[in-house]
Amino acid sequence: MIKFLTQVGHYFLFLKKVISKPEKPKIYYNQTMKELVSLGLTSVGIVAIISFFMGAVITLQTAYNTENPIYPKYLIGLGCRDSMILEFSSTIAALILAGKVGSNIASEIGTMRVTEQIDAMEIMGVNSASYLVLPKIVATILFNPLLTLMSIVVGIVGGGVAGTFSGVMTLENFIYGIQYAFIPYYIVYSLIKTVFFAFIISSVSAFQGYYVEGGSLEVGRASTKAVVYSSVLILLFNVILTQTLLS
Amino acid sequence: MIRVSNLTKSFNGKTVLNDVSVTFETGKTNLIIGRSGSGKTVLLKSIVGLLEIDMGEIWFEDVLFNKLDFKDKKVIRSEMGMLFQGSALFDSLTVEQNVKFPLDMFSAQTQEEKVERVNFCLNRVDINNSNKLYPSELSGGMKKRVAIARAIALNPKYLFCDEPNSGLDPLTAILIDALIKELTEEYSMTTIVNTHDMNSVMEIGEKIVFISQGTKCWEGDKNDILNSDCEPLNDFVFANSLAKKLRTART
Repeated sequence: MIKFLTQVGHYFLFLKKVISKPEKPKIYYNQTMKELVSLGLTSVGIVAIISFFMGAVITLQTAYNTENPIYPKYLIGLGCRDSMILEFSSTIAALILAGKVGSNIASEIGTMRVTEQIDAMEIMGVNSASYLVLPKIVATILFNPLLTLMSIVVGIVGGGVAGTFSGVMTLENFIYGIQYAFIPYYIVYSLIKTVFFAFIISSVSAFQGYYVEGGSLEVGRASTKAVVYSSVLILLFNVILTQTLLS
Repeated sequence: MIRVSNLTKSFNGKTVLNDVSVTFETGKTNLIIGRSGSGKTVLLKSIVGLLEIDMGEIWFEDVLFNKLDFKDKKVIRSEMGMLFQGSALFDSLTVEQNVKFPLDMFSAQTQEEKVERVNFCLNRVDINNSNKLYPSELSGGMKKRVAIARAIALNPKYLFCDEPNSGLDPLTAILIDALIKELTEEYSMTTIVNTHDMNSVMEIGEKIVFISQGTKCWEGDKNDILNSDCEPLNDFVFANSLAKKLRTART
């Protein structure tokens, strides 16, 4: 328990170091642009593929579980839309990104630590935590909501394609379903969750990488810890945010 | 000048440096020598502030460095350059970007002036036509040279080198040593080199401090080192069989 609390304390002290006034705003801006590409743009493909197939599967499963004629067919489209907006595109996509982006951040920073690159920055008087981590946090917070919006759209398209081509429903029914009883606040809810999850993924992973001691083996372990801890925190905050935002 | 007084440092209750006091002189290549695990690197990292010390004082000229806060330390740190054992070049940056990094962070020069300075530093360490290469494309000796170029980019007053010859062949090691000595004299820097390479000791050891089991055992220069009566130092200096034979023959 004491070890856990110590770690939590270290994490907040680390955040204090990270979230400080940038020494050279222009350099931080350039770094953020680079991170937008390396952490954001490179994730578009994987998020799009997974979202498309998840949308398809959600549609098919909903269709096969609502074969009773009492249920109107358009509910399948509605089910696909709400599943994507409320849970998949924010939470499940965040869990996927925790694996891809989180391990990337932890291993990159961890390798810099064990090869003394971070020490080299500190010697120069650079706030290494802020220089390395703040652009990553900003980039994920800015880009992940866009990924979420894209995921929603691609998932719904996937659902429409799968539903239509498998013959479980007509395209008209699906389109009617995705427009039926639409609550715009769900999008806001989803984006708010995404921002929290993006912060968790980037900050927790960076924390794990920044304090690595040892060699490549420890970098690997830090990378694994980054994914596990980020995932658990995402699930925990999913419950808290859902209760807070939807109650 | 850098002065260390009564420095003590321990890790998890184990004392690694015990009451070390030493003065490193300006314009000289000061060497910290000792066996692996003797505490050399801990001493160097304590001096530059990468490790918090338990007790003692570290003075840079008239400034008590170890009592400064992060902001004030930055002023002194902008006058430091450091060459790490593994070079510590930034993997994601090219040679030019690596050398330009401290200029980008701390100088108000224009891009043209920065590039001019980068080229000057790279030429000074005999690295030509490699500006666009990445560290992974360089040999060990070239990495050390680029790291030296980065260390001198801001005209530092203090240069720290942690085992600059590790992993290099003897000829390249001598060239790196010579370069460090030349730069020290040229820019009148206070240079501290951590090493266990006796070739370096005999080539550039203007002031030598011998550390054994966390304590300072001996202090002198390369002319005194062969005539010392410090037994741990003699065991270190005359470690190989040829050196032992020469010593026996001489005595």
